[in-house]
Amino acid sequence: MSTTQPAPAAPKPPQTNRIGQPLAVYKGAESTLCAGCGHDSITSQLTKALYEMNIEPWNVAKMSGIGCSSKTTAYFLGQSHGFNGVHGRMAAVATGTYLANRKLVMVGVSGDGDTASIGLGHFLHSIRRNVPMVYIIENNGVYGLTKGQFSATADKGSAHKKGNENEMTPIDCCALAINMGCQYVARSFSGDVKQLVPLIKGALSHNGFALIDVVSPCITFNNHEGSTKSLKYAKEHEEQLHEIGFVPFYETIKADYEPGTVQELDLPDGSRITLKKLAHDYDPTDQDLAMKYLRKAQAERLFLTGLIYHNPDTERPLAEQLNMIDEPLFSQDESALRPGPEALAEIMQSLM
Amino acid sequence: MVFWSNTGKFMTIEASLAAPADKGDEAKDDPSPAKTGHKTRINDVVITIATSNGTGSQSANLVLMRTIFQMGVPVGGKNMFPSNIQGLPTWFTIRANKDNWTCRRAGSDVFVAMNAESILDDLKDIPAGSILILNEDLKPFLNRTDLITYIVPFSKLVVSVCPDGRLRRLVVNMMYVGVVAWLLQLEMDEVRNAINRQFASKPKAAELNAQAAVAGYQWAAENLQKQDLYRIERMDKTRGKIIIEGNVAAGIGFMYGGAQVVAWYPITPSSSVAETIMNLMPKYRHDPETGKATYAIVQAEDELAAIAMVVGAGWAGARALTATSGPGISLMAEIAGLSYFTEIPAVICDVQRMGPSTGLPTRTSQGDIMKAYYLSHGDCKHPMLIPGNVQEVYEFAMEVLNLAEQLQTLVFLMLDLDLGMNSFMTEPLQPPTKPINRGKVLNAEQLEQVKEFARYRDVDGDGIPYRTVPGTPHPRAAFFTRGTGHTDRATYSEKPDDWQGNLDRLTRKFDTARKLVPQPVFELQEGATLGIVAYGTTDAPVQEARAIFNDELGTKLDYMRIRALPPNDEVRDFIEKRDYVYIIEQNRDAQMACILRNEWPHLAPRIRSVLHYNGLPLDARTIVNEIQEQEQKS
Repeated sequence: MSTTQPAPAAPKPPQTNRIGQPLAVYKGAESTLCAGCGHDSITSQLTKALYEMNIEPWNVAKMSGIGCSSKTTAYFLGQSHGFNGVHGRMAAVATGTYLANRKLVMVGVSGDGDTASIGLGHFLHSIRRNVPMVYIIENNGVYGLTKGQFSATADKGSAHKKGNENEMTPIDCCALAINMGCQYVARSFSGDVKQLVPLIKGALSHNGFALIDVVSPCITFNNHEGSTKSLKYAKEHEEQLHEIGFVPFYETIKADYEPGTVQELDLPDGSRITLKKLAHDYDPTDQDLAMKYLRKAQAERLFLTGLIYHNPDTERPLAEQLNMIDEPLFSQDESALRPGPEALAEIMQSLM
Repeated sequence: MVFWSNTGKFMTIEASLAAPADKGDEAKDDPSPAKTGHKTRINDVVITIATSNGTGSQSANLVLMRTIFQMGVPVGGKNMFPSNIQGLPTWFTIRANKDNWTCRRAGSDVFVAMNAESILDDLKDIPAGSILILNEDLKPFLNRTDLITYIVPFSKLVVSVCPDGRLRRLVVNMMYVGVVAWLLQLEMDEVRNAINRQFASKPKAAELNAQAAVAGYQWAAENLQKQDLYRIERMDKTRGKIIIEGNVAAGIGFMYGGAQVVAWYPITPSSSVAETIMNLMPKYRHDPETGKATYAIVQAEDELAAIAMVVGAGWAGARALTATSGPGISLMAEIAGLSYFTEIPAVICDVQRMGPSTGLPTRTSQGDIMKAYYLSHGDCKHPMLIPGNVQEVYEFAMEVLNLAEQLQTLVFLMLDLDLGMNSFMTEPLQPPTKPINRGKVLNAEQLEQVKEFARYRDVDGDGIPYRTVPGTPHPRAAFFTRGTGHTDRATYSEKPDDWQGNLDRLTRKFDTARKLVPQPVFELQEGATLGIVAYGTTDAPVQEARAIFNDELGTKLDYMRIRALPPNDEVRDFIEKRDYVYIIEQNRDAQMACILRNEWPHLAPRIRSVLHYNGLPLDARTIVNEIQEQEQKS
């Protein structure tokens, strides 16, 4: 037995990202969701992506509605403003926030009830307007906070915990989003760290509405045999369209792959997404192909994940459509907001 | 009295002899020259024009109204239009009055009947002895002998003026302008000026319409028997004044109030608020260097989205508002409570129409007062400003944006269809005198100075906490906004003390609002024996009713006009000092009376109500009659 005590090591400086922030800053309050909830994995992957993307915490607006998923905005980025509003209206609230300050990084987290039922209209219209935000659906096919009712994304034939089967066609948020002109549409699985982090990074780099529909098993109400959104089912059935990588603008791609096996997609900030081809010869810039795959997936109950659609050049972001000033509206003072007396005199003249 | 009609037959004026019994009140209330001997009534006439909507008659009616205005005679116009785009009956009433009484007066002195759809009903309603200008096509319907009827072959006359058959339906309306001009001796130069103005961007249309007006005038001069019951004579009471609709005044006010985000969903009668902003902002609210907009206007997918966008924008520090009407506020209810409880500035401009349900979308009402005050579930109350005229609409539109940010809550601006969509003569709006007030917002430098930032802490004792906006570059700027129970540091809490403490602070904030909102206006008379209380557009008929009480009945009335909620002690004192007061409202359920009883239960026995809720703007006679009736009963 040795008696020599090892000299106490000098505390290692915490690792930071490129803007000098440690990972801890990107964390939030402790989760109050059920232990093992898929949503918590998404939270950690969001945390990781935001940290690695060097996002200024003070410049993020975390938006959510109501439901288990919507609670999670409290569990990351404790130094960012968060808005946990009312059920289904997150996309509309976020539209207002974006208009007030187009420099904010908007991160929206919603659920399948919040998005596909009560808030479906706002979801579609915010895509139609192209409100730049990362919109994550934590999709578990059930209403968790009200104890397990089917949601509108539950698959046909998926069994309820109490035994009955869902008979209605599920709403496919990705297909709807593509139809509405969304330029960044992805589907993933909460347990797929390797895939989800680059998808979130790509969404953060995208200048427009970016949808990531993440199947996130509800371990309390929808994790049983017969459910198509259980952990087991997702693990066994996940089929990746491609192996996805994210290369930030400050790095170069290591060209160690064979020509023709990897597709590169450019993002507005200079970053790139790499898609390594797997079994499918899939091109996410082809809208018809994307819709075909989504239809096939629904018909054959395939759980396809990856970047389903990417076409950044079709719509301008809302603030550009409205020809808005670049600065946050809040920064405008009275001299900018109040036309002079001569303007009023001119208006009055027209009414005399 | 006997007049020639254009048909060449004698027409006997029988009004004074045989006024039908059901017209008796009208005859007593508003003695027309025809009924009382025939002294010419100068600059005191009510003209009603019945047409079909979608025929362009609105242009003709505005030309008529503006002609009177340009002759210096006070005038007001009220549009009674259907909830429809084309083909249903519509009425426009113009009241010219030398004493400035331009609100609605029941009954017409001159009635222009152009519409077959409504002619039978119209004929029932025209007071005996009135002048009827009847489109010849409608002659078969004529069943009254107690009117002074002029039958005009409009359909034939328009053919000569307007070769293009497709335009005749529109141009024919300007012909009755010419006939009325002849009848009331309006100056044709001013008619022409008004037409040029109405069709400023379409010189060809102006020319065609001017010809139609002249043709109408000439035909009348050559074919109709001159009479002199009513006459408009040039005065000097409109010089320098403007004619404006309340919704336009609201739009101008919002622009000068610094509105930045406007999210709205089309609904009658509020759409022209947002449309005014959309017309004005591109011209007056862009960055001088880049030409880019300092605002955003979004037509939302529904009213829920509209108010959600407003709250989202308010949260991020923009001055945001929406304009809507009754059905809209019903849909906005949940987010109204979110604004109240998360303390996010928001403004709803509610241009009230007749409800419940779809109701009468094109008729006026004060039926949203109670709903708006308590909108949303749980313990929830919202301040509201209630302008009584177009000047106040403009001022309060600026003020409501200030108050929303000062109080960090939803504040209503309550108009009604009458005020919003009808035309009012007023002094030109003056540049704002009050600065823009953003309320208690901490920036990064100020956060550096404060030891602790607690979003919902009552630091100043007025119930109003400090806030930060997202995008403030400071690690302590952030807080988590939630509609759930929270501590003063905005963290989640279900603790009874936290919940109750927060609601009590919100009550303190509401009490602060009592002092900040516009105070009531008192008009007291020496020797007053009655007290009346009113708000909003009820003001104009109340003013006229007071004059009638004073001049005809020798009764003096003290008057308090409430201009905002929550009410303050002065409102209570006015009622407390009197045995009783009459609260005059344009709703069935005495909503303001209910609110005041709720605030001060001991006042309940002192409150009587005069209620008007048939969709038409209130008139002075109704107020006088109602109060007299109640006085006689008690």
